[in-house]
Amino acid sequence: MKEKIIRKPQLGTWLEGLRKEYEIWAPVKKNGLVLFHPIESAKEIHFDFSNTKKTAKDLFFPQSEVLFSFRGGEIEKKADMVLEKPRIILAIRPCDAKSLALLDKVFDSEDYQDPYYVERRKGTLLLGMACTHPQTSCFCTSMRSGPFEKTSLDLLMVDLGDEKYLVEAVTQAGKDLMGKDGSFEDAQEKDRERLAKVKKQAEEKIKSKVVIEGLEEKLDKIFDSPFWDRVHQRCLGCAICTYLCSTCHCFALLDERVNSLEQRVRSWDSCMFPVFTLEASGHNPRISNRERIRQRVMHKFNYFVKNFGETACVGCGRCIQNCPVNIDIREIIEEIENEQPLPS
Amino acid sequence: MPDNEKQLREVAEKLLIDKKVDLIIGYEKGTLPLRTRPTFIREPEETKRLVWNSRCENNLSFYLKTVKEKVGIVAKGCDSRSIVGLIKESQVKRGDIFIIGVPCPGIIDKKKIEDILDGRELLEGVESDSQILLKAEGFEETLDKDKLLHASCRSCRHRNPVLYDTLVGKEISQPQTDEYSDVEEFASKQDNERWAYFNDETSRCIRCYACRNVCPACYCPQCFVDQSLPTWFDRTPHLSDTLIFHIIRTLHTAGRCVDCGACSRVCPMNVELRMLNKKTEKDVKELYGYEAGTNLEELPPMATFKIDDPQEFIK
Repeated sequence: MKEKIIRKPQLGTWLEGLRKEYEIWAPVKKNGLVLFHPIESAKEIHFDFSNTKKTAKDLFFPQSEVLFSFRGGEIEKKADMVLEKPRIILAIRPCDAKSLALLDKVFDSEDYQDPYYVERRKGTLLLGMACTHPQTSCFCTSMRSGPFEKTSLDLLMVDLGDEKYLVEAVTQAGKDLMGKDGSFEDAQEKDRERLAKVKKQAEEKIKSKVVIEGLEEKLDKIFDSPFWDRVHQRCLGCAICTYLCSTCHCFALLDERVNSLEQRVRSWDSCMFPVFTLEASGHNPRISNRERIRQRVMHKFNYFVKNFGETACVGCGRCIQNCPVNIDIREIIEEIENEQPLPS
Repeated sequence: MPDNEKQLREVAEKLLIDKKVDLIIGYEKGTLPLRTRPTFIREPEETKRLVWNSRCENNLSFYLKTVKEKVGIVAKGCDSRSIVGLIKESQVKRGDIFIIGVPCPGIIDKKKIEDILDGRELLEGVESDSQILLKAEGFEETLDKDKLLHASCRSCRHRNPVLYDTLVGKEISQPQTDEYSDVEEFASKQDNERWAYFNDETSRCIRCYACRNVCPACYCPQCFVDQSLPTWFDRTPHLSDTLIFHIIRTLHTAGRCVDCGACSRVCPMNVELRMLNKKTEKDVKELYGYEAGTNLEELPPMATFKIDDPQEFIK
């Protein structure tokens, strides 16, 4: 029997044991925001949340990262060890865990392995928390994920109510984490029945359905359509959707000086910024928000599909919740489906 | 409010039919509960999309910087003052716009609603004249709208638009507000306490630039943060760089900011820097007797020099 039960009051004891070997990151609420923070005790964890404001990608692909430092043309210091201690990310949502599988295609592929990203991925265990209360903006079930999905997770925890979590090992590493502690009991039949009920309720709560069948082909046909003139009008051209997106991964490589040391830094960049495609000549191929929104949609739903075989979106809904002018990707996709291609 | 909404739609429709404008910029219903969003209407029959309620929070005037058509724009009190600012600074021609003024008793702050719901998702909100019913899973409560107003709305002294071509509804009463009480209270704290507050707020900033992009007063073709010769700011969000960005943006908008509150509303990380803007607004009023966006004649103090400008800083 793979499934185990841990009672909520015991969680602290288990985590205390794990903290000897691992740095534990969990959702913490501060200033009205729930974000992943390293924690010292289970008391700091905030479990009553739909999803963290920023995504799990931050923990593998940080907003800014020094790749190496140099002085006078000589490389002085490579950032050789990124993680001091192995990490556990506790209560990551299945959509965010799935986003890491998508980012792996970029940062840990057959052709390219980003050593900074790879080291973080290898040194981190993901303990997922199933989504029992998806939001109205969630559409993970349309994006090959779901509130109880196990992709990329080592363990999946489910709040069964009644002061209990059901815990299921997904990998051997996850199983080993549980084996080290006496706080776990075997799950009973009634626990499994409760699990099935809670899972069904959660999946039914996700009313938002988005059809991605045929989207890639349709986008090929409407690249020059006046459809894009309508879509972009409200857009501010800020970076909220890209920075808070679990799968967006564009970055800039810049040399920055700190005191007398030059550093080559990799920082998040956003295709929604005008300067993203500004060329040294002064020409900007994506001259307005029209081209930039089109680019964002094409990248996620067309180019990424062509390059990696999957859509670069997990349906977490953060872009919908946080866009200051309520640009809704679900609406855009629906309009794309309805758009007539221009006669060729 | 519902009467105003009906009248607003009629006004907009007539403007399009009579071809007085080619485009109406107003608010429509959003895709999330209690959300509205900017909308762009060019056909008269589409004007039935327009809404007017306590959640019409965007300041639409910033779209005037980029539209090329003749525009009818829905403007609350604060928005109309932004428009005055844009006209004065030659960013918009008065003759190219038709201002549909709407008196506004204040906008409800979505972040206050989130605080009250404490993690529950808002499923529905039903507005009445002075109250709002909030529904979430296992939660239903009716609250006074007054308690949920955005901070800028609570200190607002221009509920009625200051410039308009037509007014929807009647002018509303303007209660006395002690608009700088929170600034004064904050300014009375020790300097290390105030410094700690700004550092703490800034530490969450992710440099998405939503605050800058949504601001009607920010229209530089090249913003100082995007310059590379010289590079004033690294891309890395060092705390010192980020704080300086916000301080400089406050200085660039000093005497021009109308405290519409859009910057703090759009921030995804709940960074609250309104104190800075409000303090400079107070200073400008005290030093130069000037309030942004109230008339078309007076130039902003940072753009003019008068021989009798106060000079107490010269000791």
